Amino acid sequence: MRQEDDDVMRNTTRTTSRSRRRATRTVAVGLTAVLATAFLGACSSDDGDDGNGDEDGNITLRIGLFGQFGYEEAGLYDEYMEANPHITIQQDLTSENADYITQLRTRLAQNSGLADIQAVEVGNIAEMTGELSPRWVDFNEYDTDLSHFVPWKVDQATDAEGRVIGLGSDIGPTGICYRVDHFEAAGLPTDREEVSELFAGGWEDYLAVGEDFMANAPDDVAFLDSAGGLFNAVVSAYEERYTNEAGEVVYQESEGVQTAWDLSIQAAEAGITDQQRQFADEWESALANGAFATLPACPAWMLTTIQSHAGDAGAGLWDVARSPAPSNWGGSFIGVTEASEHKEEAVALAEWLTAPEQQAKVFSNAGNFPSSATAQQSDDVQNATNEYYPGVPTGQIFSAAAAEIPSSPIGPNDQIIQESITNGLVTVEQQGNDPESAWDDVVSNLDNALAE
Amino acid sequence: MTTEHRQAAPPAKGGAVPRPTTDPSAASRSALQDPKEKRRAERRSRRYRWDIKYSPYAFISPFFLFFAAFGLFPLLYTGWAALHSSSMLTPNDMEWVGFDNFTRLWDDEFFWTALRNTFTIGIISTVPQLLMALGLAHLLNYKLRGSMFYRVAILTPYATSIAAATLVFAMLYGRDYGVINWGLDLIGIDRIDWQAGTWSSQFAVATIVIWRWTGYNTLIYLAAMQAVPNDLYESAALDGASRWKQFIHITLPALRPTILFTVVVSTIGATQLFGEPLLFAGDPSGGTQHQYQTLGLYMYEMGWINRHLGRAAAIAWSMFLLLIVIGLIYWVITRIIGRSTGEED
Repeated sequence: MRQEDDDVMRNTTRTTSRSRRRATRTVAVGLTAVLATAFLGACSSDDGDDGNGDEDGNITLRIGLFGQFGYEEAGLYDEYMEANPHITIQQDLTSENADYITQLRTRLAQNSGLADIQAVEVGNIAEMTGELSPRWVDFNEYDTDLSHFVPWKVDQATDAEGRVIGLGSDIGPTGICYRVDHFEAAGLPTDREEVSELFAGGWEDYLAVGEDFMANAPDDVAFLDSAGGLFNAVVSAYEERYTNEAGEVVYQESEGVQTAWDLSIQAAEAGITDQQRQFADEWESALANGAFATLPACPAWMLTTIQSHAGDAGAGLWDVARSPAPSNWGGSFIGVTEASEHKEEAVALAEWLTAPEQQAKVFSNAGNFPSSATAQQSDDVQNATNEYYPGVPTGQIFSAAAAEIPSSPIGPNDQIIQESITNGLVTVEQQGNDPESAWDDVVSNLDNALAE
Repeated sequence: MTTEHRQAAPPAKGGAVPRPTTDPSAASRSALQDPKEKRRAERRSRRYRWDIKYSPYAFISPFFLFFAAFGLFPLLYTGWAALHSSSMLTPNDMEWVGFDNFTRLWDDEFFWTALRNTFTIGIISTVPQLLMALGLAHLLNYKLRGSMFYRVAILTPYATSIAAATLVFAMLYGRDYGVINWGLDLIGIDRIDWQAGTWSSQFAVATIVIWRWTGYNTLIYLAAMQAVPNDLYESAALDGASRWKQFIHITLPALRPTILFTVVVSTIGATQLFGEPLLFAGDPSGGTQHQYQTLGLYMYEMGWINRHLGRAAAIAWSMFLLLIVIGLIYWVITRIIGRSTGEED
C-alpha cells in the first residue's frame, strides 16, 4: 500500500500533491476537533431521548424500582397499557436498595438520568423530603387523592413546606414468623393462637420462650436468626427511635434504643441466636436450611423473602404469630421526578399504581401489604391467604398489626445509625465482645460518620 | 504523513517550499526576485514550518483533551471539593473549610485503620502473588506440550469479572455453609469465622486478589523471559549450571526491570483495592469492626453512604498523594539499582 502511494505521488504534479497534503491536514485537524467536541458534547448533554413522544403522542414512561414491588407480577403494567394504548411502561429494576439508592442519590443531585417514576424506601424518605425535595413533583399540585392512605404514610412523604413527594406503595406491619416443625420438636405449642399467647406479655416472654426452646431444640437450630433482627423488632415499636420530632439525632438518649439494645445483648449472651447478619448470603443459606426457628420482626414482605430462599422444601413449615409489639418495617413510596418530561402522565400512572384496587392486587399476588387504609379494609386483603403458608390468614394478621403501628419520626441518618448498632451487636454475638465497649464503638463510629 | 513531508521538501527540484537560509540555490534565488512570488514563498515556508512545528501536537491532542476532561478536571475538582464541606445530595452547595478535611484525617482512627488494612492486605496479596507468578512463568518458559493452553488458562482468572469471582469466594469462605470450612471440619480443624476476624478476613480478601492477578503477572514475566538470549542458558548449561542456578543467575538479573515494573503496578493496585473487599461482605464498612476496610472503601463509605462529599474528596486526594510518595520511593530505588548494576558491569 505504502509503495503504491509513493508511486502515485511521484507521477502526479506538485500542485496536486500539495493540495492533497493540505486536504489531508485539514481533514486530520478537523476530525480531531469533531471527535473531541462530539465526545465531550455527548458527555455533557443529558437530554435522554427515552420518553420523548412521537407524532402520534405515544410516550414511554420509565419506572425505576428496587427489590420486589410486585407491579409486574400482578400484571398491572399490561393492564394499564391496555387501557392507555399510547403509553408504554418500561421498568428498570435494581435488586438491592443499597445499590439503587446510591445511584438515585447521585442522579437526583445532578438532576439527570432519572426515570419518570422512581421508588424510595422508607429508610431514605427523609433525605428526599429534605434537601432533595425540589427534585420531586408535589402531588398536591395534581390534586391527587391522598385520603385513602394511612395518615402516617402520607406524613412521612410530606416535606417541611407541606409538599407531598411520594405515594405509599406498601407498608411492613410485623408479626413473628416461626417454624412449626421446630416448635413441635422442642415441645412447644404449634398453634398460631397459642404461640401468640406465649409472646403476648412482651419481648421478655419471647426471650424466655427462647431459652425453653434451646433446652429441647434439635441440634444446630437456634431460636432466632440474629440479635440485630431482635433489635430492629423491638426498637421499631417505639415512637421515638434515632431521630426526634425536631429532626435531632437522639439515639443515645432514646428509651427505645436502650431497651432494644439491652434485650438484644441478653439474647446474644444467652446463646439463643444463630449469629447471622440479616440478608447476608449466610443468612439466606441458614433460612433455606432451617437453622433458626423464628424471625422476631417479620413483615408481610418477609413472607416473599422466606418463600424465595427456603424454596419448595420450606412450604408449609412457616406460620405467623402476633408480635407482642407490632411495628412497621420497610415499605416504600413512588414519586415523580421533576426531571421527567411527562409529569402529567407519570403522576396519573403513580396514582393508579397506588390506588386501593391495585394495592389489593399486589398484596394477593406478591404479598406487599397495602399502604392504603381502604385497600386494607377490602375483602380481597382481609381474606387473603398464601399457598406457600397454607391456612395462615395473612390478610387478617397483618391488618391487625397495621392498626397498631406507631407513627415515628424518621431522620436522614436512621439507616446509618441502625446499621452501625447492628454491627455492634454482631461483634458481641460473634466475637464475644464486651457489650459496654461494643456500645462505645458504635458511638465513636457514628460520631465520625455523622459529623459534617 | 512522514513520507509526504519528506517528498514535499525537496530543495533540489526548484523548491516550491524553499527554506531561504538552507537553500541558497540559484533557481530559487531568481524566483525570489519577484516580490509577489517572494511573498507567496514566504507564506508557504511559514506554513510549512508551522506544519512541522504544530501538526504533531494536533495529532496527539485527542489524548490530552480526553485526559483534561476525564483525568485532570476530576482530579482538580476533587481537590477543590476536598477544601469544602459539601453534601453528596447537594454537591453544588459548598462551604469553604480550607484544609480542615485533611487535618481531621490525622485524628481519624478509622482513616488510620483503613490505611493499615490497605498496607497489610497489600503485602499479603502482592508478595505471594509476584513470587508465584515468577515461578509459574519460569515453568511455562520450558518447552511444554500444549504450552499455549496453559498460557491461556493462566490468564482466565484475570478475565473473570471481579464481582463474579468475589461472590464465589465469599461463598467459599462462608462460616456455616462455606466449602473451605467444610473441608477444615473434615480434617478436624475448627471452623473459622472468616469475615469476623482481622487476619482471617484480610487473608480471604488477599486470596481473591492473588487468584485474579497471578496469571496476569505471569504472562508479563513470561514475555520478559523469552527476551533473554538463549545462548546464555546454553553456555550456562555447558558449564554445568543447574536449572535453579540458571534461574538465579540468568533469569532474575535479566528480569530486574520487569520485576520492578510489576511491583509498581501491583502497589498501585493494592493501594486502590476496592472491589474485592466491598463485595466480600456486600457493604462498604469492611466488616463489623472495619477489620478489612481499605482506603478505597473508606472513601466510598464516607461519600456514598455517609454523604460527606468533601471528606471523601480529602481521602481521595490523600490516596493520590500517598501514591506519589510511593512512586518517588520506587524511583529512588530504581536509581540505586541502576547505579549498583553499573558498578558491577
